Amino acid sequence: MPAVQETIDQVRLIDVDQYKYGFETEVEMEKAPKGLSEDVIRFISAKKGEPEWMLQWRLDAYKRWLTMKEPTWARVSYDKIDYNDIYYYAAPKNNPAPKSLDEVDPEILKTYEKLGIPLREQEILAGVEPRNRVAVDAVFDSVSVATTFKEELKKAGVIFMPISEAIREYPDLVRQYLGSVVPVTDNYFATLNSAVFTDGSFVYVPPGVRCPMELSTYFRINEKNTGQFERTLIIADKGSYVSYLEGCTAPKRDENQLHAAVVELIALDDAEIKYSTVQNWYPGDAEGRGGIYNFVTKRGDCRGKNSVITWTQVETGSAITWKYPSCILRGDNSRGEFYSIAVSNGMQQVDSGTKMIHLGKNTTSRIISKGIAAGRSENTYRGLVSAHRKATGARNFTNCDSLLIGNQCGAHTVPYIESKNASAVFEHEATTSKISEDQMFYCQQRGLSEEEATALIVNGFVKDVLQQLPMEFAVEAQKLISISLEGSVG
Amino acid sequence: MLEIKNLVVQIEDKRILNGLDLTVNNGEVAAIMGPNGSGKSTLSYVIAGKEDYEVLDGEILLDGQNLLEMEPDQRAAAGVFLAFQYPLEIPGVASMTFLKAAMNAQRKARGDAELTMPDFIKRVNAAATQLEIPKDMLKRALNVGFSGGEKKRMEILQMALLQPTFCILDETDSGLDIDALRIVSEGVNALRSPDRSFLVITHYQRLLNHIVPDTVHVMSAGRIVKSGGKELALELEANGYADYRESEAA
Ligand SMILES: Nc1ncnc2c1ncn2[C@@H]1O[C@H](COP(=O)(O)OP(=O)(O)OP(=O)(O)O)[C@@H](O)[C@H]1O
Ligand SMILES: [Mg+2]
Repeated sequence: MPAVQETIDQVRLIDVDQYKYGFETEVEMEKAPKGLSEDVIRFISAKKGEPEWMLQWRLDAYKRWLTMKEPTWARVSYDKIDYNDIYYYAAPKNNPAPKSLDEVDPEILKTYEKLGIPLREQEILAGVEPRNRVAVDAVFDSVSVATTFKEELKKAGVIFMPISEAIREYPDLVRQYLGSVVPVTDNYFATLNSAVFTDGSFVYVPPGVRCPMELSTYFRINEKNTGQFERTLIIADKGSYVSYLEGCTAPKRDENQLHAAVVELIALDDAEIKYSTVQNWYPGDAEGRGGIYNFVTKRGDCRGKNSVITWTQVETGSAITWKYPSCILRGDNSRGEFYSIAVSNGMQQVDSGTKMIHLGKNTTSRIISKGIAAGRSENTYRGLVSAHRKATGARNFTNCDSLLIGNQCGAHTVPYIESKNASAVFEHEATTSKISEDQMFYCQQRGLSEEEATALIVNGFVKDVLQQLPMEFAVEAQKLISISLEGSVG
Repeated sequence: MLEIKNLVVQIEDKRILNGLDLTVNNGEVAAIMGPNGSGKSTLSYVIAGKEDYEVLDGEILLDGQNLLEMEPDQRAAAGVFLAFQYPLEIPGVASMTFLKAAMNAQRKARGDAELTMPDFIKRVNAAATQLEIPKDMLKRALNVGFSGGEKKRMEILQMALLQPTFCILDETDSGLDIDALRIVSEGVNALRSPDRSFLVITHYQRLLNHIVPDTVHVMSAGRIVKSGGKELALELEANGYADYRESEAA
């Protein structure tokens, strides 16, 4: 199995603390004054050249946020966050809104090169077959620095651009949908995001259009003491289809950094959205110093009949993950899917899962979650499946498996089920297993090293979910999982 | 050639092997018989390098190499193969995938190139056909939900593919039906060669009717207490271990 071999080689190449995206980029940045206030929000809004309604929306959110309390129900613990000790806006000084790649700071281009993210369309076109092309929106701290294949997508009628640009160019579309899935008042972190969000992607796929390529956004936190508040909005109009992938990395630092994103998906009649995440924020060191606090609200609304939304996530990074990509199954016959691999090692804490809210008739949902805990990490699956009174014929299948590596980690499953409709059928399966010493010995007796054996067993454990990812990312994700587990055996 | 000298092994303060001596020459098939709990499986684990056992004294040499200093995977690459008395289940990993990973890991350790896919498939198909293992089984997760006999066959399939030089069969006959016993024995006999030796652990003569041993050793209380030719097994079959248990008590 060559992928296993590659994984092993990859594992060998990396340094002791494993995180290979931990470098910093030297660019001069312009920042908002530290801390959070109405003035800072006005500053961000002005920098983005936003219309008045957008500013007002932010200020309303801020007022609301001041009255809210940070949630404490998740199985994670961390020192209190000082929200006034964070920069809420940081952008490359020279040219915060480059019109073409030639205008982008070469240091930033180098950063993406190092991360293996192709930003030059010619280069992408050169090596790869056309059907494997991916359009990329690259977000660096608080701004989008490049978006590829914009023109070609436009020809197909697909809008793919930084959300800050969309607010200016397509205000009606944005206004119609922004906050319609995750309301401003939804939760502490989402409300904060609504007040201070800086950049993210906007996608609109018109009726009947199958988006001609994969879309992706690559988020990079670079600047110290800076939070990243990404906002993504994807609308698939009637009968359309789009597949979108996001990736994330950050430099290694001793202090924690906050990432509080909001992602909203809207699928109208007969539309389908596939949203995949490969989350690899800096996880902190072996002692639990540093790392990203990843507090994210992601929700999809199957607003139209027969619509489909699929969340696939591979979570390997972050010191703390608090994330529940969910589906509101509003349209009759709509379908929601959640496929997740959450890997925790070292001192990482993961509290992640999904909510499937069945509102429409004959709605179906499927949840496949694979948690892998190693080191001294804690890994919790938290999921809610609910059927509304009118959700006749709702069906859910949930399968939650946990794999423990070593004796010092923990895996927990917290499923909530609510059914107000007698015809709803919800199935739940859960297993917890451990790679036993006997299994290890058996594999080694056949010639596999401990690392190879772990990679093989882990790959076997997660393969149902990896299959859901677009091909080229599945291989990446597989490598990433093994790298994250490096040092967890022996 | 495998040479074991004065092997003393304990687990959790319990002495299991008590100065065991054993030599198996190249090309030789040696059978070990002995009462339950006499330490036969322990011996096979210690040869293969299982961690839990504490070796207090003695040495194990394979063609002059000191096995006790090697990791289990290094021993495997050096030619040691253990067909487990209770094969482990590896959920999620298709048998095919496992076989390929194991074969390539050993090839890599020996500095050989990875197998190409067609070459690999060809070898697996040939070996599986001989052992009458259906192809569907190879697609399933290794040993998961396999019957006792199927697991044992899968062990022999792995042995046939990995081509080890020193093969330990720990009660491979238990759980096999009459036909499977014949098929597996034929598989083992096909692997007999002047530069490959076998240590066959069994309780029953019927396996030794198929795999005819060159030597038979009786193990009791962690030592080899008697060695002889294939007729020794027949004698045991007739008389049991009574004579040898006394030596245990002594
Ligand atoms: N982990 C352990 N802790 C304590 N005692 C152990 C442990 N493992 C094995 N033993 C003991 O060591 C002795 C030898 O066991 P072993 O499995 O080697 O016997 P065996 O000869 O293979 O027996 P059988 O014919 O039943 O397979 C037994 O008394 C067994 O209970
Ligand atoms: Mg035994």
